[in-house]
Amino acid sequence: MSRELEHLSAKVAAGKMTRREFMSRAAALGVAAAVATALLPAEAKAAPVAGGTFKMGIQGGESTNSQDPASWASDVPLAGGFLWGEPLVELNSDGTLKGLVADSWEGSDDATVWRFKIRSGVNFSNGTAVTAEDVMKTMERHSNEDSKSGALGIVQGIESMRVDGDVFEVTLGVGNADLPYLMADYHLIIQPGGGFDAPAAAIGTGPYTLESDEPGVRMVFARRPDYWEGDQSVVAHYDQVEIIVLNDATARTAALQSGQVDAINRVEPKIAKLLDRAPTINVLSTQGRGHYVFIMHTDTAPFDENELRLALKHALNRQEMVDKILQGYGSIGNDMPINAAYPLFDDTIPQREFDLEKAAEHYKKSGHDGSPIILRTADGAFPGAVDAAALFQQSAQAAGIPLEIKREPNDGYWSEVWNVQPFCCSYWGGRPVQDQMYTTAYLSSADWNDTRWKRPEFDAMLLEARAEIDEAKRKEIYSNMGRMLNEEGGLMVPMFNDFVDAVSTKIQGWEPNPNGPQMYWKTGKYTWKA
Amino acid sequence: MHPILILVLQRLGLGLLLLLAASALIFGLTEILPGDAAQAILGQAATEENLANLRAEMGLDRPAITRYFEWLGGILTGDMGTALTNKLPIGDQIARRMSSTLFLAFWAAIISVPLAILLGLIAVRYQNRWPDKLISGITLASISLPEFMIAYILVFFFAVKLFWAPSFASVSPGMPLLDQLHAISLPVAVLTMVVLAHMMRMTRAAILNVMQSAYIETAELKGLTTFKVIYRHAFPNAIAPIVNVVMINLAYLVVGVVVVEVVFAYPGMGQYLVDAVVKRDVPVVLACGVIFAAVYILLNIVADVVSILANPRLRHPK
Repeated sequence: MSRELEHLSAKVAAGKMTRREFMSRAAALGVAAAVATALLPAEAKAAPVAGGTFKMGIQGGESTNSQDPASWASDVPLAGGFLWGEPLVELNSDGTLKGLVADSWEGSDDATVWRFKIRSGVNFSNGTAVTAEDVMKTMERHSNEDSKSGALGIVQGIESMRVDGDVFEVTLGVGNADLPYLMADYHLIIQPGGGFDAPAAAIGTGPYTLESDEPGVRMVFARRPDYWEGDQSVVAHYDQVEIIVLNDATARTAALQSGQVDAINRVEPKIAKLLDRAPTINVLSTQGRGHYVFIMHTDTAPFDENELRLALKHALNRQEMVDKILQGYGSIGNDMPINAAYPLFDDTIPQREFDLEKAAEHYKKSGHDGSPIILRTADGAFPGAVDAAALFQQSAQAAGIPLEIKREPNDGYWSEVWNVQPFCCSYWGGRPVQDQMYTTAYLSSADWNDTRWKRPEFDAMLLEARAEIDEAKRKEIYSNMGRMLNEEGGLMVPMFNDFVDAVSTKIQGWEPNPNGPQMYWKTGKYTWKA
Repeated sequence: MHPILILVLQRLGLGLLLLLAASALIFGLTEILPGDAAQAILGQAATEENLANLRAEMGLDRPAITRYFEWLGGILTGDMGTALTNKLPIGDQIARRMSSTLFLAFWAAIISVPLAILLGLIAVRYQNRWPDKLISGITLASISLPEFMIAYILVFFFAVKLFWAPSFASVSPGMPLLDQLHAISLPVAVLTMVVLAHMMRMTRAAILNVMQSAYIETAELKGLTTFKVIYRHAFPNAIAPIVNVVMINLAYLVVGVVVVEVVFAYPGMGQYLVDAVVKRDVPVVLACGVIFAAVYILLNIVADVVSILANPRLRHPK
């Protein structure tokens, strides 16, 4: 029984349970109120403690990783990257922005010209001060002709850039009210001289410096004494942060259970509830913008017939997927890539229901010849993709739709199947704002238009919303776009997946951030060890 | 020149030819794999434009033959080149990874080889009685379980429940030897359990085979104890097949432990090779492949030479 109480008390300390809840659960265990109060941690949210080493066991690192921000695509490099480097701005958990290298920013009325004032007194870890010139060079490196940066698509809209004293000015071809959000992208870490000379030198303005780097094995970081945001009692409380690559899910769990690491990412949903029962562990889930999809090419038969698309959409049992594939760690999707975690989301858009009768009706109307409809899937398409495809096949067949599954190898799935075959499983990591999500995959000219959704009227709405400063109007336009995709689009969104992390109960200050797992990789900066 | 020296030199020459063939084969196979390093790196983020940029930067836009011979020229001058993906020199990476792999393999071998042979001898001594059955039962059970299963079971009991050993093997340069040994205790235990049965059963079978011979009967009639008969008369004559199996298992400890490396997050060669294959980092795949092939070839030469030395008829050919 004391173990149970200890667990509850640790949960209060970690901010997972309120004081009132604790007292009532303690009472249920037969503990007198006075005793229970004594068991409560001194303060539910104590002042941060400086010092100590924070060890993260993280999935998503390979021996092929580099410290060059342009190459980052998996969890480990960018978790490390946010320790040594910083973009102009950072995404807060409430969907707003916080200035890092940029002190403040303002846009012109048509959102085509944006001026970022560079914060004074910010130094790179090599001791030199950050200038607007460094910022411009960084953007140039990611956007120039021979760039291979993952941020190329983001910075492509920039028409010209210039430096005006301590101001970095961007001029866009088409107005974009969300430009400051795009500057929070993790590839756009500000580097000295833009990182042209030494892209992988790991010199940035972040709170820690990279002390040791073994790609695919571990990274060790030490706190910088001269970090601009303040000393260790204010922010970035640890003396040292260690990132250990643990790609095997069982190895991660065991490392946390045995106390070898303080935090892990990507807890498998099927063990999350069991793990949370351990007295020294808190499992923390964050509602995010990432979603799993079944995508159809709207320009390829038979998927060019909207009745067939509607039939498939109605035959999808979304709640079953959330329950069985995500074990409840997620929420149902509504056949558009946007959910409540996005700013300017319209929650009045009706939810598509699982309705076999309607599915059969639409299928009949589509006039499909009854030949098998092939859905391609692979284990790597998203966790549980093969099982999800099987569930979908069952419900579709119940509606009389001849859905068949073709299992593809993981190897080469993203080059040979996704964005190539007309119907397959995939996932999206989500973006900070609606504009970026739609621009990435639903604009006619987008490289990753994986549903071949080419509607001039949709493009026009997207561009109109992008340059619109009035938020109410933008919300309305986005709402109409969402409805249009929901009714006619080529994507089916069975579920939005939560990020499921776990930390030791010693770790405090954790706060979910919908932009990514592990507080959008800011655990090393904002948590501390009690 | 001594005939055995000639044989070794011949074998080494053949080995070099084999290595060349192996490298050509590996290169050919990596070319058949779908996609290339540029696609693998950019993944879902690939566009025609950044793919072309990246390919040009890596030199992947040139014909395969040119790339192979460039690599071969480099390796003949001792330069393994740099990795396509993170631009780090492959030689440095391999030196570090290989020493990790050899460290783990060395301690697993130091424990498992003598243990396997000793258990084999005991099994022969008590043939078909309970010690034999117990030894065979346990070792066969451990070889029948998949490695990761044994690993998880050991981790569950010794790391999560008892806190005796760390759940992952974090070894860094400059760590004291005792700490390193503590860190790798669980992977060494797993590897020992995995290779034990094969060597132990071979020892048992080879010695039992020899035990049928007339000279063993003579030894027994002389009144020697059973153990003495086994290790003085039977074991030396059974050494050739035992050495062969030991070498195969040693080679396995060096090149085949990727599953154990993954489970214990141990930074060895296996993980390096798998990452490189996934990312289509051909120079790294080639370097690892050739080293693995060399390990196999060398250990096989050793096994052959030892077999010859152990056999008087081969040692002194007429």
